[in-house]
Amino acid sequence: MKELICIVCPKGCHLKVDEENGFAVTGNACPRGAEYGKMELTHPTRVVTSTVRCARGLYPRCPVKTDRPVPKGEIFRVMAALEVVELSAPVRAGQVVVENVCGTGANVVATRDMI
Amino acid sequence: MYDVLIIGCGVTGAAAAFELSRYRLRVGIVERENDVALGTTKANSAILHAGYDPEPGTLMARLNVRGVELARELCQKLDVPYRPCGSLVLAFSEEERPALEELYRRGQANGVPGLKLLDGAVARSLEPNLSETVVAALHAPSAAICSPWEYCLALAETAVKNGAELHLNTAVTGLERTSGGWTVRTTTGDFEARFVLNAAGVDAAGVHDLAAPHSFDIRPARGQYYLLDKSEGGRVSRVIFQCPSAAGKGVLVAPTVHGNLIVGPDSEKVEGNDTATTGDGLRFVRETARKSVPSVSFRESIRNFAGVRAASGRPDFILEESAPGFIDLAGICSPGLSAAPAIGEYAAELLAKAGLVLERKDDFVCQRRRTRFKELSPEERAALVEREPAFGRVICRCETVTEGEILEALHGPIPPVSVDGVKRRVNAGMGRCQGGFCGPRVVDLLARELHKSPAEIVQDQAGSWLLDRQTKSGFLPPPEGGNTVQPEGGAKYV
Amino acid sequence: MYDLIVIGGGPAGLAAACAAWEGGLQKILIVERDKELGGILNQCIHNGFGLHHFKEELTGPEYAGRFVKLLGETGVEVRLDTMVLEVADDRRVHMVGKSTGYRVEEAKSIVLAMGCRERTRGAIAIPGSRPAGVFTAGAAQRYVNMEGWMPGKRVVILGSGDIGLIMARRMTLEGAKVLACVEVMPYSGGLNRNIVQCLHDYEIPLYLSHTVTDIRGKNRVEQVVVSAVDGHRNPVPGTEMVFDCDTLLLSVGLIPENELTRQAGIAMDRRTNGAVVYENMETSLPGVFACGNVCHVHDLVDFVTAESQKAGSAAAQYVLGGGAAAGETVLEVTNGDGVSYTVPQKLRPRRVEKLCGLFFRVNRVLGNSEILVTSGGTQIARFQREHLAPGEMERIDLPRALLDRAEGEITVSVREVEQ
Repeated sequence: MKELICIVCPKGCHLKVDEENGFAVTGNACPRGAEYGKMELTHPTRVVTSTVRCARGLYPRCPVKTDRPVPKGEIFRVMAALEVVELSAPVRAGQVVVENVCGTGANVVATRDMI
Repeated sequence: MYDVLIIGCGVTGAAAAFELSRYRLRVGIVERENDVALGTTKANSAILHAGYDPEPGTLMARLNVRGVELARELCQKLDVPYRPCGSLVLAFSEEERPALEELYRRGQANGVPGLKLLDGAVARSLEPNLSETVVAALHAPSAAICSPWEYCLALAETAVKNGAELHLNTAVTGLERTSGGWTVRTTTGDFEARFVLNAAGVDAAGVHDLAAPHSFDIRPARGQYYLLDKSEGGRVSRVIFQCPSAAGKGVLVAPTVHGNLIVGPDSEKVEGNDTATTGDGLRFVRETARKSVPSVSFRESIRNFAGVRAASGRPDFILEESAPGFIDLAGICSPGLSAAPAIGEYAAELLAKAGLVLERKDDFVCQRRRTRFKELSPEERAALVEREPAFGRVICRCETVTEGEILEALHGPIPPVSVDGVKRRVNAGMGRCQGGFCGPRVVDLLARELHKSPAEIVQDQAGSWLLDRQTKSGFLPPPEGGNTVQPEGGAKYV
Repeated sequence: MYDLIVIGGGPAGLAAACAAWEGGLQKILIVERDKELGGILNQCIHNGFGLHHFKEELTGPEYAGRFVKLLGETGVEVRLDTMVLEVADDRRVHMVGKSTGYRVEEAKSIVLAMGCRERTRGAIAIPGSRPAGVFTAGAAQRYVNMEGWMPGKRVVILGSGDIGLIMARRMTLEGAKVLACVEVMPYSGGLNRNIVQCLHDYEIPLYLSHTVTDIRGKNRVEQVVVSAVDGHRNPVPGTEMVFDCDTLLLSVGLIPENELTRQAGIAMDRRTNGAVVYENMETSLPGVFACGNVCHVHDLVDFVTAESQKAGSAAAQYVLGGGAAAGETVLEVTNGDGVSYTVPQKLRPRRVEKLCGLFFRVNRVLGNSEILVTSGGTQIARFQREHLAPGEMERIDLPRALLDRAEGEITVSVREVEQ
């Protein structure tokens, strides 16, 4: 039995995951908690949020995120890939900045308009 | 060849430079730091003492009383925040009453105007928040509060405008006697001067020893303070002292010219220029201050700081020619700020006695003004912003300081090079958020106007860097203890 | 003359302006001191916003972007780079801007939405020297996320509020080494999920019941000393740990920014550090409303939005429907056992349509608990919770029918119960 704190929403449910019993989850207030509990022990993932350089914008950095969670072990590789990206204003929120980043299947997208 | 070279640009050096810039002299000032007023001048009680503390007949007594008299006019001419609020010294028991009477006697002998002994009830009617335990008080109406760093800055700026040459980032490393005076060796080169004034504050003994046989020590005494929010600024309207002891004038509670409340200092011998605060020191300040004014709310603290009094082993200021043409202005502990302009006058007298001819300039300008947006009426503000839009952009929201005021300072006679340098000139970052909001904006303005990278902008003295490196520079430092990962796309850990 | 002037264009101001527009006001002005709308959300580039309001997980800039877009579909005027200097009690608003000049605008109603600021080193009197390198977490966040500058390489964080936790991860991802997160209380001030995904994920130790007792370094931070504290939050000698670092980030609390509110003579609540408000977020000055972090510090922007919509709608009603009825019943909401504050602090039952939302914070961590609402010693409502913590704002909804039964005051308290 493994105890986890759910990170799906701000509620932060205290989950118990039974590894020997098909990763059955208790303590969750919603189905997403059950899914998280299982995933966290088998294949943990996170959405990565960061910034990239942006020329000629209101600010010199534009915030970005992966459009879906990426494997936890890939976070630093994703960060490294963002080191060399440079956008140029105007940028639109949702615009793809890096496709299939580090082969994770996730795209990195801008999270704001930068004019 | 300078006629006079002044070592140190705290309030003493600045006051001497100001005084000497009245005369047809070539005056130089060397200052180790990147700005003026960075030593004791920026960290003290900000009080211009009435002058009843010093032993009658001492230089301290004479120059204190003369200094505060000069300050009244000087602060007005040089646009230095100044408020003649008066002071009270409290006695909490009948045993302390003789101490008050002694201060009264000294004050009379020193020529302090308007002194009065009050009983506790009268003192409380003047200051309703005083403790019930106060049995008597000495009222000195001529005590005042001021902005010590702006005082120093105003004196130095005026000296510079009248021709004095200020060399910042210049530390003295040697002094050699020459036929015409002195060679002053510094980190930025040698200066020749006929006369040298030693106004090096905490380091005055070290500078003295470069020129003359050892004759005094500086025994730094640290004092710790609380600065409280403006919500506490009205807790008292006068400077509230307790009876002085050998350690100093004790813990005071006082308004500041900026509208805050200052509480402190304690007194503790330290090595060198140690201006750290300590848990014990701050606790002592809190507890002792509550004895005078029990309702002071330390919840409203916005800053703690400590300053070092540059006291010497002698009971008086050391103002003397210690070697031919080398004059010490040393041991300037309290009431140094109060005495400063009188010390400047006295230094000129000593120079004259030593053979320097003082001849007044016709074109000496004793005037300084800066824009204070916050103090303008709506009509004046509207007109100012209309004329100069930079005054419409508020940078420091706590103190309502505008971009225009910061630009004015950046193009003034002694431009700031640090965030705190801007703060000392225009108050940006002095308020309750302590630069949390305006800090990055001030860094931006400094970088822009000084044509520097933000990474080169310092908080205060040289070396007090703020920013390390840009994000997204093409590499990530390797995570400590983690595996080095070679990323795709050319980025790599280095 | 404006129908409404909204002071502050962050999440609170945006939601209030949109709601007031929907409520029928035509002439609305938002005054924002920054060069764009969105407020602090623009620097909160992490995700986790919007689950309640938009039913999806957004980053701060995305959340702000949604509201800016909504606002664009209204006729609300916006003045950027403009600072409000004074709100007079006749609802004349003094403001100044580089391009807009010094202006005095009159309004029929005002929404105060100035947000909050961070507590600083001086506010908590951390002893030590005063080198560069001590930043509030929010200031560091702005440098890193918007200006693109790292404030240091080796970092200790004091305070486990959400901004501190988020910055622990952010600084780590950008290549800094975060050595420790230090919290004076025996529990974290931030959300549990942030402890997990910002500290645990990166193996950053969290020291509960510890604090920073010394800062060392002449020009730049060189070391910080961390000590354990006893039950009275006093450092325990002999427990000192020394961290070699160049940066100390402070996440030690937020303070509503109420200079304008105080200056206008509006009644304040010492516990929230915000204005005392009624059920519709109206302050003691009729026609002046307060919402969002200027009123009390929230954990979730979604709740800021909901509260601010309430304020915006109420402003519209005030302008279109006239002011308060004389002699209206007012209930004082008081804090019972375990409750440190409530918002609103006053209720006018007749103004409540069906439900009256009530926010509050508890003053300690509680397990299985019940929330009791009483009036005159009689219980009028009871709610159950599995877990309560000071770092997590609670909300209950009180039906109008229950409020009608209350007299004079209602008291909210919490107590732990056996499972």
